[in-house]
Amino acid sequence: MLGRSANAVFWMFRYLERAENLARLLDTGFRMALTRDHLTAEEEWRSVIETAGMRDSYQEQHGTYTGIQVWNHILRDRENSNSIRSLIGAVRSNARSARNVITSELWEAVNESYLQLNDLLARPVNQSGLADAINTVKRESTLVRGAMDGSMLRNDIYNFARIGSFIERADNTARILDVKYYVLLPSLSYVGSSLDNVQWETILRSLGAERAYRWLNAGQLDARGIADFLILDGRFPRSLSFCYSKIRSNLHSLALQYGGEVRAHEVMRNADLKLQDRDIDFVIDMGLHEFLSDFIACNNDIARAVETDYRFTD
Amino acid sequence: MSAHSPDNFDEMIDAEGGVRAAYKGYRDWYDEQDPQGLKRKHQEAEAFFRKTGITFNVYGQEDAEERLIPFDPVPRIVTAQEWRRLSRGIEQRVRALNAFLHDLYHRQEIIKAGRVPEWLLRGNPAYLPHMSGFTPPGNVYTHITGIDLVRTGPNDFHVLEDNARTPSGVSYMLENRETMMAMFPELFTRVKVAPVSNYPRRLARSLAACAPPACEGRPVVAVLTPGIYNSAYYEHAFLADQMGAELVEASDLRVMGGRVQMRTTRGFTPVDVLYRRVDDDFLDPLTFRADSMLGVPGIMDVYRAGGITIANAPGTGIADDKALYSFMPEIVEFYTGEKPLLPNVETYRCMEEDALKYVLDNIADLVVKEVHGSGGYGMLIGPTSSRREIASFTEKLKANPHNYIAQPTLSLSTVPILTKKGLAPRHVDLRPFVLMSPNGIEITPGGLTRVALKRGSLVVNSSQGGGTKDSWVLEE
Repeated sequence: MLGRSANAVFWMFRYLERAENLARLLDTGFRMALTRDHLTAEEEWRSVIETAGMRDSYQEQHGTYTGIQVWNHILRDRENSNSIRSLIGAVRSNARSARNVITSELWEAVNESYLQLNDLLARPVNQSGLADAINTVKRESTLVRGAMDGSMLRNDIYNFARIGSFIERADNTARILDVKYYVLLPSLSYVGSSLDNVQWETILRSLGAERAYRWLNAGQLDARGIADFLILDGRFPRSLSFCYSKIRSNLHSLALQYGGEVRAHEVMRNADLKLQDRDIDFVIDMGLHEFLSDFIACNNDIARAVETDYRFTD
Repeated sequence: MSAHSPDNFDEMIDAEGGVRAAYKGYRDWYDEQDPQGLKRKHQEAEAFFRKTGITFNVYGQEDAEERLIPFDPVPRIVTAQEWRRLSRGIEQRVRALNAFLHDLYHRQEIIKAGRVPEWLLRGNPAYLPHMSGFTPPGNVYTHITGIDLVRTGPNDFHVLEDNARTPSGVSYMLENRETMMAMFPELFTRVKVAPVSNYPRRLARSLAACAPPACEGRPVVAVLTPGIYNSAYYEHAFLADQMGAELVEASDLRVMGGRVQMRTTRGFTPVDVLYRRVDDDFLDPLTFRADSMLGVPGIMDVYRAGGITIANAPGTGIADDKALYSFMPEIVEFYTGEKPLLPNVETYRCMEEDALKYVLDNIADLVVKEVHGSGGYGMLIGPTSSRREIASFTEKLKANPHNYIAQPTLSLSTVPILTKKGLAPRHVDLRPFVLMSPNGIEITPGGLTRVALKRGSLVVNSSQGGGTKDSWVLEE
């Protein structure tokens, strides 16, 4: 396949993953703000913008943090290249560019998602429309993933799509943890305080992990357990460990098809060493923030190595 | 459906109000349909086109960036017998065009024989001196041609234009049929229609048969597109997908080791046949426009050295020239030794003094076109233009008569479209698609029917409010 097509498929799925994660983040922010007083709600929305990495683009336009401004900035602001509307547009551009390496089913799923969301986000979203917007993003993203799963050959094209998805997902999980890492630090946690419980739940909820975690831990919330779950539990599909196992297996499949490994495989192995056989105490001793910063950098290195080694660009 | 105009030939209804043979089967079916149901299907068709993304970009209109070409659900139907006659004429014309192009870039016998004047080439930007003395692989110039036909009577088809540059619209031919079959499956069990769906396979085979001398093993075919913002991008991607070919942009290609190679995830691989949807001017910045970002520096050298096949061959665009068009009857006769089976539309070359005088005297009854124009732009339709429009066009014509040809306003045939009030006749043309390779000429039965959606309008171009129809050739 063409390097440019690999690039298009890779970014198509990165942007799709990013859009879905933003929707989840908004959902969490909204729930939090609903249960808070005015001041804390503003703080919560500020934190949503921080977590989304949109402080600069938001502050260019707004002086205060209100819910309606925040969710419209994240959902539909065209000036914001990472708004869900911009991202879905980028997903579709990339799908068009890769049109002849993806199936019609996948293309049509992307195109329909775009048409639907573009229409839904054409006008400002008010409070009563927010839940619908969020759910539509999540549903459309699931439909696109399903179309890929059900129709695409398991070859290099699929591998690049999957690597893109999991690089992005790992990055998102790590960033959400990094923004909130302080509430997971044992020294700072007021064990059992209701504030902490709410914060912890926020983290779990923005990663769609609250049910899985509760189910595994009989409803007991504790900071160490949450960090362990989101970083190291290979059963949870948004944990760092799970993402790495997926990137690893897709890279492995590329090596088999292409008759050999490239530098990206070595970068992956080195990154793996930092997760493998670690326990959460080690991570916390190292410093959660340091660990996550290092992880995000390594994750970027993997992405860059894949882009270079497989000639995504000239 | 009595509103057929006596002034022109209606393809469904004859002068006595009866249904012509070609439409009998369809009309029987139509009369059994519930009008509301048809309307609903029509709307479904639009949703279907939106979903598949068969949209085109309109230049310079950012917000309405993507549009659908309106689709009309009433097919345009030609009988097997009519088609046989048509395809013989089309084949003759395409053969003559190829022989002409070869001659033009070699000994120029036709000019020496005085059948075509030398001035046609001199200063004509579509004539490429770089092609002189070079024979493309398989001696094929026009791998893909679209011949625009208009009908004026039961047995009267005329060629309106030859499109040998990069004819577009074939994706509509294919998608219109898919849509019709999805909407009205039972119709296709009642009326037997010649299939068109094998066009991409034939195209792939035809292109592969023109592989260059440097090709080893199975020819690698790629479609060269200007990119996703090009108005015909959908078609480029569609054809590449259907042929199983790569869809490349200029940035994917590079000349290395005497070949044009594409950057793949495994490294660089040679392309054998490049189906380019980029004009000659932009093909090679080293040879043509230096500012072109759409081309491949050095591709012309590789081409001349037998390292790649370019389809259509550079320099075929001269066949689209409307001044040259006026010589097609001579050209056909010169190379085939036969009278043209398909007549031209009578054409006045305004550069000739007598012709110009005639055109100026009769401009209100004529269609005047720019020699190098396309897409229905830069033309005057005398009978439907205001006095002011005619006056201002006359000035342009007088200032630069070389740039224009004129033709009588034809009473184009009509075919019904579905309107809110039922069937209503509208003017149409037909563009069949012709493939050529050393193995012969293949014409897909049917083609693209373009239809003027406004009552009385003769302009069928999609850029000016025209629509399309599925085009049927009946099986015997």
